Amino acid sequence: MSKNPQIATQTARVRGLGAARSGTDHFWKTRLTAVANVPLTIAFVVIVLMLARRDYAGAMALVGNPAVAILLLLFIGSATIHMRLGMQVIIEDYVHAEGTKIVLLMLNTFFAVAVGFASAYAILKIGFAG
Amino acid sequence: MADFNLPKNSRLTEGKTWPKPAGATNLREYRIYRWDPDGESNPRMDTYFVDCDDCGPMILDAILWIKNKVDPTLTFRRSCREGICGSCAMNIDGANTLACTKGMDEVTGPIKIYPLPHMPVVKDLVPDLTRFYAQHASIEPWLKTDTPAPAKEWRQSPEDREHLDGLYECILCACCSTSCPSYWWNGDRYLGPAALLQAYRWLIDSRDEATGERLDNLEDPFRLYRCHTIMNCSNACPKGLNPAKAIAEIKKMMVARQY
Repeated sequence: MSKNPQIATQTARVRGLGAARSGTDHFWKTRLTAVANVPLTIAFVVIVLMLARRDYAGAMALVGNPAVAILLLLFIGSATIHMRLGMQVIIEDYVHAEGTKIVLLMLNTFFAVAVGFASAYAILKIGFAG
Repeated sequence: MADFNLPKNSRLTEGKTWPKPAGATNLREYRIYRWDPDGESNPRMDTYFVDCDDCGPMILDAILWIKNKVDPTLTFRRSCREGICGSCAMNIDGANTLACTKGMDEVTGPIKIYPLPHMPVVKDLVPDLTRFYAQHASIEPWLKTDTPAPAKEWRQSPEDREHLDGLYECILCACCSTSCPSYWWNGDRYLGPAALLQAYRWLIDSRDEATGERLDNLEDPFRLYRCHTIMNCSNACPKGLNPAKAIAEIKKMMVARQY
């Protein structure tokens, strides 16, 4: 895909494969989740502080509370999406070997999805099974 | 990976210390990057002493003085000596700027001069700007219209004309693009602040009829969105322009056409 830097003209290399006609969605979702993360992170920190003062049963009851569980689920969703989008940019910035980059982008998505689903499963289990 | 270390043959070595001018009392020390493409040797830092009583006040005056009186092999670009041609852009005292508009008195201690960062060096302080110019050309910096040209002129209100202020003044010196870390790591795919500032200059021009097509050609994770609002560009611009703001405006236009 990359043209021989010794031979190809700079114009050919700058034009490259053309514009991907995308990126705005990534840009928008990064901002959207950033804004969502402000209140959700505050809620998360407050919930964690409340948990710290409770015993096991009290902690289970707090996380099992529907309002708390929904806030935690929203936080996990917004934070993991934001994390994935941010890490994707870092990989694209610094990793230039095409194969390594694709593998890391895949692992990044796998990691974010795994963290998100594992966390959500834990909360749902407490919420529904107690 | 992005290259965080210079290749072995690009690493700086200590160069020659040139003799102090005889009888001079008002001396200023200059440390200048030198590299000769004809030799095998690494780049080196040469030390010069400039007689400030015999020299104009600007950094460009000093390097011209060195070239004329000490070392005629010192190579750099210069032309207008008044900040309008952009030729003498270089890295002075750790920041990209124009040698002709930077005063010696603005720098304390020895004055260190390097070529613009992270560009191939042609010789000494002369960087290869071919790609930079190709990037500027790629945004098609001219008026594009489908409507037949009017008999007299394309009309524009004074208010619409004002939108071009702070954009048209760019002299393409490359201080901004070569100060941008994102451009250092991804300059092959990211257009850089200078080209994007000019892209916005045509996007915002009320007479232009190709706004959507221009946005199409910029909408790319690398060409536009590699800008991470680091804002070195706006700090570096020797003309006081704000490329970071222009890029942010382009991103706002991208979002505006989505929703």
